[in-house]
Amino acid sequence: MQDAMAYARAEFLTPSGLNESALDKVFAELLSKDTTLADLYFQAARYESWGLEEGIVKSGSYSIERGVGVRSVCGEQTGFAYSDEISLQALLESARAARAISRAGQSAKVQAWKAQMPTRHLYGLSDPLASLSESDKIDLLHRMDTKARAASPYVKQVMASLVAVHEIILIVDEQGRMTADVRPLVRTNVSVIVERNGQTESASSGGGGRFDLDYFINNHRADEFAEEAVRQALVNLDAQAAPAGAMTVVLGSGWPGVLLHEAIGHGLEGDFNRKGTSAFSGRIGEQVASKGITVVDDGTLEKRRGSLTVDDEGTETQCTTLIEDGILKGYMMDRQNAALMGTQSTGNGRRQSYSHLTMPRMTNTYMRAGEYDPAEIIASVEKGVYAVNFSGGQVDITSGKFVFSASEAYLIENGKATRPLKNATLIGNGPDVLTRVSMIGNDLALDTGIGVCGKDGQSVPVGVGQPTLRVDGLTVGGTAA
Amino acid sequence: MIELENRQALGAEFQELAEFVLKAAKERGASAAEVGIDKGTGLSVEVRMGKVDKLQYHRDQGASLTVYFGHKKGFASSGDFSRKALEDTLDAACRIARYTAEDEFNGLADPELMAKNPLDLDLYHPWAINADQAIELALAAEGTARAYDARISNSEGASVDSYAGLGVYANSNGFNGLNSSTRHSLSCSVVAQENDAMQRDYWYTTSCVAEALESAESVGKEAARRTVRRLGSKPIATCEVPVLYAPELARGLIGHLVSALSGASQYRKASFLLDSVGKQIFPEFLQLRECPHIPRALGSRTWDAEGVATQEREIILDGKVQGYFLGSYSARKLGLATTGNAGGSSNLLLSHTGASFQDLLQAMGRGLLVTELIGSGINMITGDYSRGAAGFWVENGELQYPVEEITIASNLKDMYLGIQGIGTDVDQRGSIQTGSILVNRMIVAGQ
Repeated sequence: MQDAMAYARAEFLTPSGLNESALDKVFAELLSKDTTLADLYFQAARYESWGLEEGIVKSGSYSIERGVGVRSVCGEQTGFAYSDEISLQALLESARAARAISRAGQSAKVQAWKAQMPTRHLYGLSDPLASLSESDKIDLLHRMDTKARAASPYVKQVMASLVAVHEIILIVDEQGRMTADVRPLVRTNVSVIVERNGQTESASSGGGGRFDLDYFINNHRADEFAEEAVRQALVNLDAQAAPAGAMTVVLGSGWPGVLLHEAIGHGLEGDFNRKGTSAFSGRIGEQVASKGITVVDDGTLEKRRGSLTVDDEGTETQCTTLIEDGILKGYMMDRQNAALMGTQSTGNGRRQSYSHLTMPRMTNTYMRAGEYDPAEIIASVEKGVYAVNFSGGQVDITSGKFVFSASEAYLIENGKATRPLKNATLIGNGPDVLTRVSMIGNDLALDTGIGVCGKDGQSVPVGVGQPTLRVDGLTVGGTAA
Repeated sequence: MIELENRQALGAEFQELAEFVLKAAKERGASAAEVGIDKGTGLSVEVRMGKVDKLQYHRDQGASLTVYFGHKKGFASSGDFSRKALEDTLDAACRIARYTAEDEFNGLADPELMAKNPLDLDLYHPWAINADQAIELALAAEGTARAYDARISNSEGASVDSYAGLGVYANSNGFNGLNSSTRHSLSCSVVAQENDAMQRDYWYTTSCVAEALESAESVGKEAARRTVRRLGSKPIATCEVPVLYAPELARGLIGHLVSALSGASQYRKASFLLDSVGKQIFPEFLQLRECPHIPRALGSRTWDAEGVATQEREIILDGKVQGYFLGSYSARKLGLATTGNAGGSSNLLLSHTGASFQDLLQAMGRGLLVTELIGSGINMITGDYSRGAAGFWVENGELQYPVEEITIASNLKDMYLGIQGIGTDVDQRGSIQTGSILVNRMIVAGQ
């Protein structure tokens, strides 16, 4: 079997005649005496997507993205240029533009080139676009449509999509390190619209990860997504206005972990903390969560959507403890911010593509399990809200205020989940929300592989997870008194 | 100067490439085809705490190809413009079209609807600025902001961006149009601290003409003023009160209207404004006009994403819906004619009620001025609306104190009918232009 480096060489270097002496020339343009970090990021990505609507596969698309990003960093300062042409000439031009950030005239050179081999691989090299035949992809979409329509007579519309991405990455840095990665990513989604007695609602479900498309067929995963979307939409048909105001909220396990992503995750990214603009800046060692709470960012989970064998700077990902037993332990770092803060990269340097700059980003962020049975947690609440599913969230990292929007929730009355509630946004304060967690479930679950995180206009795939949690005092944005 | 070199020649070359693709599609048996070819170049500088933080050069290009075999359709795109790569991309689109289903509503827009005489909308104005000058401007904005108040303790920086782009759209109905435009902006974001609490806010200016940008000093000052005034923010008790949307947020209320009236939401029956043409959804005083041909405006265009000529029209007249936003596909699905909105709406101008921002505060009396919204929280099928917010508590028409960690909730249908006034304080930084909007009541959830 070929390794990722062989793929990367064949994709980027060999066809363009980029040998070691060519790389020497590029880095001679890129490096100066005050360069602290510099890299070339070669990327070739192929995307394919199919969309079903009204019972037919109406659309399909295929695209290729290919280019190289060239970065030069001097301390806090970054110069960046990119090209969609991979050639020595284009690299030299980009290198000159990126180096403009440096004031020093003298140039420097790389001592020796060395291919780095990661110690473990978290996903396979095979191309997910080719993992099913075209007609099998079409059949899969029809199968989700059929399943959804069979699940309820109230289903009026089914929209299903299937996306596969195959990326080859090569990172060449100022220390002469050459690191390659081959990344598969697949995703499916089902959205349904249901109508009953003139009333309409919708819901969606889906999942994916870094594996082949047959994952959706094996173990009937696609069928489950279709049925789950219908179930949620039907629940929403019966939903009544959610209450308004601060109250006890029980959050379900899995995707509700978007709480952690928004409330603390972004605030613990290295760039904000290096600049001192995060509500968590300078708070390492302080208690920021109830005892018993441990939160990690783990890029090393096999085949997960948020996982990476190496990050976009060639650093092997790791499991970084952010909060341990309620105490703030660490930040997520890329190379630049780690160097400026006198620490090591945690393998969280990520970018959307070759035409974007690297930043500290999350991978899979989750809370470890506690001791309570989820049923016991709900039973402990006299009056409150049980929020099972969410549609997304956002945070202001400086004030620490964050929101996440419930897409499936129930009222809790006398220890029982009763009436379903309409969609409502929940708002809280990141630095203290976890101190209000009074019970932690024993049912840790990760999401199904649907997360997209946006920061500074860049999107990257991520994962979240948590056990069922009881939070005392989150503001629920409903309309009922 | 951030400019496309040899723009005329490049445009001609792209138009020729487009013809090459259309011809090659025909040779492959496609009954119809359309192609978009775009290229852009840009400079982006960011300064932070008085020093250069990032210097980025952008260079983007892409070709997107759609082929039709009867009513079957395939799409592919690539960043490589070599004829070999374009042919490969075309083959990929043809391969996709072999597997998609017959959809009788698929196809190009009618040939007679194509834009015939391109208007000069005056959208291309390269900025005569180099990286050092851009850095100076950004430094001036941030410097002004940091000097504004002793409580400005930190900065997320200031940035200057300049972009120039050129695009060709052509289809096998004989349309082949060339567009070019520029976009420049200057923004600043700072952090203020008091006791243990930090707040940040920002301001920006944007235009296709550099001369129309606000000055760096004015952007810095406004960013600082907005940041400092948030210090001391606190939640309020849950209540039901009128809510005044500042102009930059009022734009979002009209954005939701555009989504609800879009052809896709209508034919999918996924809109809270389903079948609403002719219906009263706003008070009678409210008018909304689509004006695609305003010179130098951000949403101006002679043709839409299918080459269809755009035209000025009423969207809302005396509070009643006059039409949807349709491309040819959704128009056919609904049995209507395209409105030249493939790819979205152009400039949308909302009428005002002659009230200044102060007048609207007075009219509100006691309530909430919203200056920031976070999260999505909108159900487009039911119109249910619930979003995180920050702003100011208002009593007797005067700002009392800043408010945060609250949500505002209602239903968009009720909010639209409950609009009591629209300000003359129009924010011109987007294709949707509106002043402040006063909504009669919403549920504010707090402590």
